[in-house]
Amino acid sequence: MEIFDILISASFWTAAIRIASPLIFATMGELICERAGVLNLGIEGIMVVGAFAGWMTVYSGYGLWTGVGVAMLSGMFFGLLHGTLTVPFGLSQHVVGLGITLLATSLTYFSYRLALPEVTSPPKIEAFQPLPIPVLSEIPVIGPALFTQTPLTYLAFVLVLVVSLVLYRTPVGLALRAAGENPSAVDAQGLSVSGIRIGAVMVGSGLMAVGGAFLTMSAFNSFFFEMVNGRGWICIALVVFGAWRPSKALLGAILFAAFDALQIRIQQTPLGANVPYQVFLMMPYLLSILALVVMSRRAEVPAALMVAFNKGER
Amino acid sequence: MRLEPIANPTVTRTLSLPLLALTVTVFVASFLAMLAGANPFSVLGLIIDGAVGSKFAALETLNRATPLIFTGLAVAVAFRARLWNIGAEAQLYAGAVITVLLGTGALAWPSGLLLPTIAICAMFAGALVLLLPAYLKTRFGVDEVVTTLLFNFVVLLLVSMLLEGVLKDPMGMGWPKSARLIPEARLPRIVEGLRLHWGFGLAIVSAAVVWMIQTRTTLGYEMRAVGLNQKAAQFAGIPVNAVLIKTALLSGGLAALAGFSEVAGLKGNLTLDLSPGFGYTGIIVAMLAFLNPIGVVVSALFVAGIFVGADSMSRAAGVPTYIADIMLAMALLLMVLAIMLTRFRIVRE
Repeated sequence: MEIFDILISASFWTAAIRIASPLIFATMGELICERAGVLNLGIEGIMVVGAFAGWMTVYSGYGLWTGVGVAMLSGMFFGLLHGTLTVPFGLSQHVVGLGITLLATSLTYFSYRLALPEVTSPPKIEAFQPLPIPVLSEIPVIGPALFTQTPLTYLAFVLVLVVSLVLYRTPVGLALRAAGENPSAVDAQGLSVSGIRIGAVMVGSGLMAVGGAFLTMSAFNSFFFEMVNGRGWICIALVVFGAWRPSKALLGAILFAAFDALQIRIQQTPLGANVPYQVFLMMPYLLSILALVVMSRRAEVPAALMVAFNKGER
Repeated sequence: MRLEPIANPTVTRTLSLPLLALTVTVFVASFLAMLAGANPFSVLGLIIDGAVGSKFAALETLNRATPLIFTGLAVAVAFRARLWNIGAEAQLYAGAVITVLLGTGALAWPSGLLLPTIAICAMFAGALVLLLPAYLKTRFGVDEVVTTLLFNFVVLLLVSMLLEGVLKDPMGMGWPKSARLIPEARLPRIVEGLRLHWGFGLAIVSAAVVWMIQTRTTLGYEMRAVGLNQKAAQFAGIPVNAVLIKTALLSGGLAALAGFSEVAGLKGNLTLDLSPGFGYTGIIVAMLAFLNPIGVVVSALFVAGIFVGADSMSRAAGVPTYIADIMLAMALLLMVLAIMLTRFRIVRE
C-alpha cells in the first residue's frame, strides 16, 4: 500500500517531472539528429560539456539564461565537429560519436581542473528557482507537479511542442525527415543533404548540452565529475522507445523518470532497506534495455539512419 | 563537395596523412599544456621520456598495454563482423569477478591446473555477458550499441554489490574490496625481479590466435563476410546470426581475459577501480590498429605509452592528467579522418 501512497503524492510527481526535464532536452536533441539520418553517440560527452559550460558561465558572474545560451553554443560546437566528420566525410558514426564523447568529457574535466585547481567540494551557484504559475499551480497534485517547476522545465515541454510542429508542419521539418529517409530525393530537389544533416546535428547537440546544463543549473546547482552518469545513453534508448516521435519520446521520458523517482522512494521504505541499494540503481538501465526489447518489433527506424550520403554515388 | 576513391594512393599520401594527424595531436596537447602553465616545447619530450625513458617506465608501459591488448582484440574481433560491442568494460569485470571467486581459496589446486581453469571460466563469464546483447540483436533486432553501453553500468553496480556483500574481504577494514588471491592463483612474473607478469605473454599469444582464426579458419572468413555485407553473406549461405553469436562469444571472452590478467597478474584482488575505462579505450586501440589483431599489439603499446607518458608529464609539469584522454580522443578522430583521406580525394562541385 505504501507504493500506492507514493504514487498519489504531489512530491513524487514533482520529482518525476524534474528528473524527466534533462532527459527531454537531450532526447529531443538525439531525435532531431536521428531523424536527419545521423546517430549521435557524442550525446553523453556533449551533456557533460553543457553541464560544465552553463555552470561555469553562471559561476563567473553572468546570468542564468546567458549560461543556458553558452551551454547550447558549446554543444553546437561539438555538433559541428561531429557533423563535419560523419556527414561530408562519411566516417563511422559509431567511432566518431564515441570519440566526441571522450573528447568532450576529457576537455571538460581538463578545463574544470584548470579553472578550479584547489577545490575539493565543487562550489554551488544560484540556480533556477521554481516559478509557480498563478492559478494552475493551485490544482491538487497536478499543480505542484506540472506548474511549480523551474523555467527550464517549462521550456522542455514547450520544446517538445516546437519540435513536433517543426518536424511535421514545416518545409524545414519535411526536408529534415526526408534527409533521414531518402537523401537522394532531397538531393534531387536541389537541397543540400549535407547542409541539412550538419544543421540537424548542430541543433540537436545544442539541445543535448542544455539537457546537461539542466543538471547543474536546475537540479544539483554545482558541477561534479561523472554527474551525467549514462543519462545520454538512456536518451538514445528513449528515442527508440518513442519510435522516433517527439510526443511518444516525451511520454517515455516521463514514464522513465517516474520509475526513477519511485525507486528512490522505495529505497527509503522498510521493504527497500533489506535490498542492496545497487539493485535500485540498476533499475533505470535494466528498464531502458527492457524498453528497447519491447519496442523493437514496432520500431520505425529512419531508413537512412547511419547511411552516409555521397553525392553522385548511385 | 564529394568524395572520389583514389585508385592507387601514393606511398607519400598513405604515410604523410596519418603522420600529420599525430603531429596535430601533439601540437594541440602542447598548446593545452601551455594553457596549464607548462613549457609547450617540453611536452613531447616529457611524454616520451615518461613512457620509455627508463626501464621502470618501459615496464610500466608494457603493464598498461596488457589489458588494452585484450580489450582491443575484443573490440577488433567484434567490429570486424560489425557487431558493435561497446561493453568490453562489463566483460572485463565479469572475468575479474570469476578470477576472485575461484582464486581466493575456493579451489586449492596447483598453479599449473588452477590458472588455466580460472582463465577459461573467466572467458566463459565474459562471453556470457555479451551473449545477451548479441541474442537480443539477432532475435529481436535490438541495437547492441545501446544495450552493451547500458550493461556496463549494470555490471559495475553488480560488482559493487558483490564487493559489499559475498566477495567482501572480512579483513578489509570495511573497504569494498575482495580478499587477495592465493599464491597459486597469481600469474608469475616473466623475469624475476621485474614488474611484468605473464598476462602480457598471454596477451601476445591471444593476438596471434585471433590472427590465426581470422586468416586461417572458416569462421574468420565468415566473420569478415558478415562484416563486409550482411545481405550478401546471407545470400551466400552463411548463417549470419550464428556467426554473430560466435563472434560475441569470442569477443566477450577476450575482454574477460583483461580482467583475469589485471587481477591475477597485477593487482591480486578486485576493487571497483580495477579498470580506468580499459573497455572503452579498447575501442581506440582497435580503431588505430585498423581492426588488425597484430596491429592491436602495436597500437595498445602506443596508447599505453601515451597514458603512462602523459601521466608522468602532467606530474612533472603540473598539467591536469585528463590531457592523456584528450590526446587519445584527438588521435582517434584525426586518425580515422586521415585514413579515409588516404583512400579518397575531396572533389569540389
